[in-house]
Amino acid sequence: MGRYVARRLLQMIPVFIGTTLLIFLMVYALPGDPVRALFGDKGADPATVANIRHDLGLDQPILVQYWHYLTGLLQGDFGTQIASRRPVTDVLADAFPVTIRLAALAFLIELVFGIGLGVMAGMRAGRLVDSAVLIFTLLMISVPVFVLGFIFKTVFAFQLGWTAPNVSDDVRWGELVMPAVVLAGLSLAYVARLTRTSIAENLRADYMRTAVAKGLPRRRVIGVHLMRNSMIPVVTFLGTDIGALMGGAIITEGLFNIHGVGGTIFESIQRREGTTLVGLVTVLVLVYLATSLIVDLLYAVLDPRIRYA
Amino acid sequence: MRGAKSAKWVAGAIIVALAATACGGSDSGSDDNGGKASAGSFDPNGKFSVEVGEPQNPLQPANTMESNGSIVVGALFQQLVDYDAAGKIVMVNAESVDTTDNKTYTVKLKKDWTFHDGTPVTAESYVKAWNWAANIKNNQTNSFWFSDIAGFADVHPDKGDPKKQEMSGLKVVDPTTFTIELSTPIPYFIYKLGYEVFSPLPESFYADPAAAGEKPVGNGPYKFVSWDHKKKIEVTAFADYKGPDKAKNGGVTFKNYTNLETAYEDLKSGNVDVLRQIAPKDLPVYRDDLGDRAVDKAYSAVQSIVPAFYTKQWKDIDPRVLQGLSRAIDRDTITKTVLQGTREPATGFVAKGVLGYQDNVGGDVFKYDPAAAKALIKAGGGVPGNKISIQFNADGGHKEWVEAVCGSITQATGVACTGDSKADFQADLDSRDAHEVKSMYRGGWVLDYPVNANFIRDLYGTKSDGNTSGFSSAKIDGLIKGADAAPSLDESVKLYQDAEKEMVNEMPAIPLWYYKVNAGYSEKVSGVDYAQDGDPILTSVQVKK
Repeated sequence: MGRYVARRLLQMIPVFIGTTLLIFLMVYALPGDPVRALFGDKGADPATVANIRHDLGLDQPILVQYWHYLTGLLQGDFGTQIASRRPVTDVLADAFPVTIRLAALAFLIELVFGIGLGVMAGMRAGRLVDSAVLIFTLLMISVPVFVLGFIFKTVFAFQLGWTAPNVSDDVRWGELVMPAVVLAGLSLAYVARLTRTSIAENLRADYMRTAVAKGLPRRRVIGVHLMRNSMIPVVTFLGTDIGALMGGAIITEGLFNIHGVGGTIFESIQRREGTTLVGLVTVLVLVYLATSLIVDLLYAVLDPRIRYA
Repeated sequence: MRGAKSAKWVAGAIIVALAATACGGSDSGSDDNGGKASAGSFDPNGKFSVEVGEPQNPLQPANTMESNGSIVVGALFQQLVDYDAAGKIVMVNAESVDTTDNKTYTVKLKKDWTFHDGTPVTAESYVKAWNWAANIKNNQTNSFWFSDIAGFADVHPDKGDPKKQEMSGLKVVDPTTFTIELSTPIPYFIYKLGYEVFSPLPESFYADPAAAGEKPVGNGPYKFVSWDHKKKIEVTAFADYKGPDKAKNGGVTFKNYTNLETAYEDLKSGNVDVLRQIAPKDLPVYRDDLGDRAVDKAYSAVQSIVPAFYTKQWKDIDPRVLQGLSRAIDRDTITKTVLQGTREPATGFVAKGVLGYQDNVGGDVFKYDPAAAKALIKAGGGVPGNKISIQFNADGGHKEWVEAVCGSITQATGVACTGDSKADFQADLDSRDAHEVKSMYRGGWVLDYPVNANFIRDLYGTKSDGNTSGFSSAKIDGLIKGADAAPSLDESVKLYQDAEKEMVNEMPAIPLWYYKVNAGYSEKVSGVDYAQDGDPILTSVQVKK
């Protein structure tokens, strides 16, 4: 087990270098110069542009820039934003806490309602409840996020007046419920469907018959034997979804005026803020790597046949 | 996103809300309240909030070009002069700015002005700030604004390190007097002094300019309180402010919004008080939603389509072809339908509201007439290749009108016209700077200072920074030179008017329409008015009790 974890951690290093290099090259390949853009529509004074580029090291070859970035990163320095001259670590520290809250709440909703609906449907496969859940999830999957957000706002904020339409600066938990539901909507449907199929299938498995034949109480049969085995595909999905919730919330964040990771990524691409973008993506890559390791370790917990050397 | 504002990068100087204008504003704002709106119904210490985006740059006056930062810098800093709505110069921090030859200006400061940290505003505060901002080592994006001053090349060479730390044209005479010597006479230079770039800086700034950009100390009507990045910036009224535009409210919170739709929702639910712009989605309903609180006001900016004169197509074009294309555009219908009344058809190159604006300078050239359009294009030898394209940035909400303009041209003249879309504003700028525009591009210009020279010299002079089309005309250059050499401001403005008339014959661009502010405010405030640069005038806003 320990050796396995160590090996996985070592594997992260090339993945990490590869992804950051790729992002670096991609931003570099985009047309548009972030320094020139500081001057907007009006003409830019070439001497000042050249001087700013020189000060930021942007006049050096891309691989040299990348090398400087990487060595800085090892010392915990994420670089500086081109326009605002703020350290990227500050920008990250602004964006991540908000998104972590939103993602955590969405994840919780997804976990509780997704698995709950899935179990309900799976246990009664083919019956009315199952069909209802199927129709509900189909609806969630097919309605685009911004439509859902818009409907929620119109109904709950403007007509019923239960909540403010947008999230305020304090980012209170209560305000985050509506965006979190919208954000969780799509994944919730997937989780429900995965759980339902997995449960429906495992109900007919040999070990279930054995467990029932042994005379175990129903609660134990379902809670331990059925659930534990059925959760493997769901856990895989949930694990990768954490990363997606953190990074993919661009639309939801924009819709509810939340200043988190999604919006910052969008803005950084627009302004060609390479260092900020790579910094954000670097953290997201770390989140993905960590969750996928946790997921793999959870497999062994869920299914004792899976063992890691 | 704020893409639609991409033309509005540089906000010019904010107009001083003179007592008269401000009162007028609040009177008309409370008309419907009848007698109820007595003076006592306003809270002089009340605070209100304004929608903005996160400023891109640190809040250093000479480094703030985009609209999100300049509205904040404008609240925190005050300059020597400002102008009223009629374009007249008003002395603010200056007691007087005198010149006899348009080349050497003597500035006398008002006494007992202080910065927010209590230190006095002196001649040194100005001279040192300008020298610092002009110095290439300090990388201020607006440093070229000092290029009129003698000795600019010493501190801001095209290449290499500055030779000197100070411009020879700036001299401190005594604590409240200094002189500015220009390299060539400019009759309207005093107008430039109202721009934020020419703000003074306190001594504490130089200890750590980067930190000062995060916590600016200014001399303006508002004092900086806090900047919670990407959430809000708070400023409070500066009690010791000596200027004519003392705040009628207790302070302003600049609230950060990522898009205009959410800001509008917040306005309706009372979470934000003043908007700068309404999202296209809400334009059809905002007048009904807001009633008298809906704002629809012209400001000084113009949108054009500009031929790339360096291309084979337009290199030696007969201006009659461009006049013909101009006559093929149905500006009235497009501004009413596609743009939903948010623009006003242009009749010249200089936007409304600036000194020297001439009504209907272009005459027929700007009037829709398909038959005349066809005749003019034919007389000029036709459009080379018989097709044009208009480059625009897809992130700025320009697609719809570009298509409409193209449709109008094709329908009227048979010239094929397509939109040439670039992914975003930066890609668009890149292509313009690299001289890679295939046919035409969209251009926008918001005033820097309210004199017609700003719309003529800074855009269409052969060597102007704003001239990205490669337009070059010896005749126009000559007229510009003559206007700059005029002995007085009035004569200079008049000569620039002549230059504008001549531009109609040369067609360096095809002006389309003037911008309008479409915005609104909440029930909590009144006296909300918008300046020539399209930004709300913060100091005159009154908060209801």
